[in-house]
Amino acid sequence: MAAERRHGCALASRLIQAGFLVGLVVVWYLAATRWGVNRLLLPNPVAVYDNLVDILRSGEFIDDLKTTLVELAAAFAISATGGVTLGYLISRSRYWIDVFEPLFAAIYSIPIILFLPLFVLFFGLGPASKIALGASISFFPIVINTIAGFGHVDRLFVTAARSMGASDYHLFRHVLLPAASPVILTGLRMGFTTALLSIIGSETLAALAGLGHRIAQLADAMEMARMFAYIVFVVAIAVTLNAVVSRLEAHGKRD
Amino acid sequence: MATSEAAIKVRGVFHRFGEAGEQRFVRALADTSLDVAEGELLCLIGPSGCGKSTLLNIMGGLMEPSSGAVAVRGQPVRGPLPRDIAFVFQENSLFPWNTVIENIELGMTFQGVSRSERAARAAEALAAVGLKEFAQHYPAQLSGGMRQRAALARALSLKTPILLMDEPFGALDEQTRMILGEDLSVLLAASRKTIVFVTHSLGEAVFLADRVAVFSARPGSIKQVIAVDEPHPRRPEFATSAKFTSLRNQLYGLLHDEIRKAVQQSTADTARTGAEPT
Repeated sequence: MAAERRHGCALASRLIQAGFLVGLVVVWYLAATRWGVNRLLLPNPVAVYDNLVDILRSGEFIDDLKTTLVELAAAFAISATGGVTLGYLISRSRYWIDVFEPLFAAIYSIPIILFLPLFVLFFGLGPASKIALGASISFFPIVINTIAGFGHVDRLFVTAARSMGASDYHLFRHVLLPAASPVILTGLRMGFTTALLSIIGSETLAALAGLGHRIAQLADAMEMARMFAYIVFVVAIAVTLNAVVSRLEAHGKRD
Repeated sequence: MATSEAAIKVRGVFHRFGEAGEQRFVRALADTSLDVAEGELLCLIGPSGCGKSTLLNIMGGLMEPSSGAVAVRGQPVRGPLPRDIAFVFQENSLFPWNTVIENIELGMTFQGVSRSERAARAAEALAAVGLKEFAQHYPAQLSGGMRQRAALARALSLKTPILLMDEPFGALDEQTRMILGEDLSVLLAASRKTIVFVTHSLGEAVFLADRVAVFSARPGSIKQVIAVDEPHPRRPEFATSAKFTSLRNQLYGLLHDEIRKAVQQSTADTARTGAEPT
């Protein structure tokens, strides 16, 4: 009974969410066709749809998509490896936790994207600057969560394991890692999302290729319908990637 | 007192937390000496914060005393002794990410017991505490009493000659702890282990113990040791006998003033630090 009602509630909220999005498109359509909003500011959604179909058919997006995904993969690989390793090492000592936890939390609250010009000066307009920026930004949620995960394991678990003769390896493999992994996985998911956002965002500002770069180019060329089509495409990619990562996170937490 | 070599010898143990002058400075134990004979069940009882759990941790090598010495089966204690001593903690010491059976086997993994022997011993220990059907459950799916049975099974599976139990039923309701106490008495009478059992329940102490060591208020030391001359396993009728009542009253008399002192101390602590001491 209760489960059924909850299920019904979930269905209703999905319907409201879908209805909201449909309503948004309807308002967009009316604004573009009936209310006389300038076509250069707001293209007709039908034209956007036609462009999207054309982009997907022609496959012209592939190079830009590849650039963005390679940047994302490299940035995330760097921040995940660095963040988890450094976070673990810091978490080994109460002293280093007290030193670094507030420091990283403070840096985390700074919009690092402000340093994009500096990253471009150091690493050029190519993928390297996007990788460096994405890695820097996503490093912080990962390292902060890793410290929190490893640094706040219930003392009783450690004491119990030690009293049963656990070695350092046993303690890590059977106590610290399982205790910390849910928090670390959340950090990795947050890091992945921030890396994706910052890389696409910085591509619109300073890049030679990539999906963000393509969108900025189309805006400069006033090809609004095509630009909107690319935005829809990027949103779909981002939603898919985030869904995959959230699924992986949930799966990792279940084991 | 046993004539043979004591299983655990405590000599002149002092313990303090923090340094003199610090706000958290506490003298937990003062000049505590005690012998635990092979095969006996000794209860430590005393007001909260008197250092009885601290003494248990020191006996098991989980804490180092500020001064004094502890020997287990003739050997000085310098760290955990997983071959000699198994612990049962107050609550929630089972790993929540492992099932009951995995929890039990993990302790033996730490000790290097072979896989096939682990499975056999885990099954045996689970059966002994009556949790056979719950092997594949996670701790969160069990009641508090069942979790403590599982923790006891984990300790039993380690087959150590000594068992140290730190208020194992402290978080349970009166009825559950009564049943667990009866089962424990039966189980332990058969195992012939040496057991030290920390509790603040007078009835539990009299019902389970061969001897009860009564602590004074902080800094704790042993005020008196009372023998409970009653064979194991104890029957439920023992709990309603005149002997039980008179021993319980004797304990109450010994403890009453100490508990008053402890309450005054904790009120003073709260006034000093602005927080409840833990």
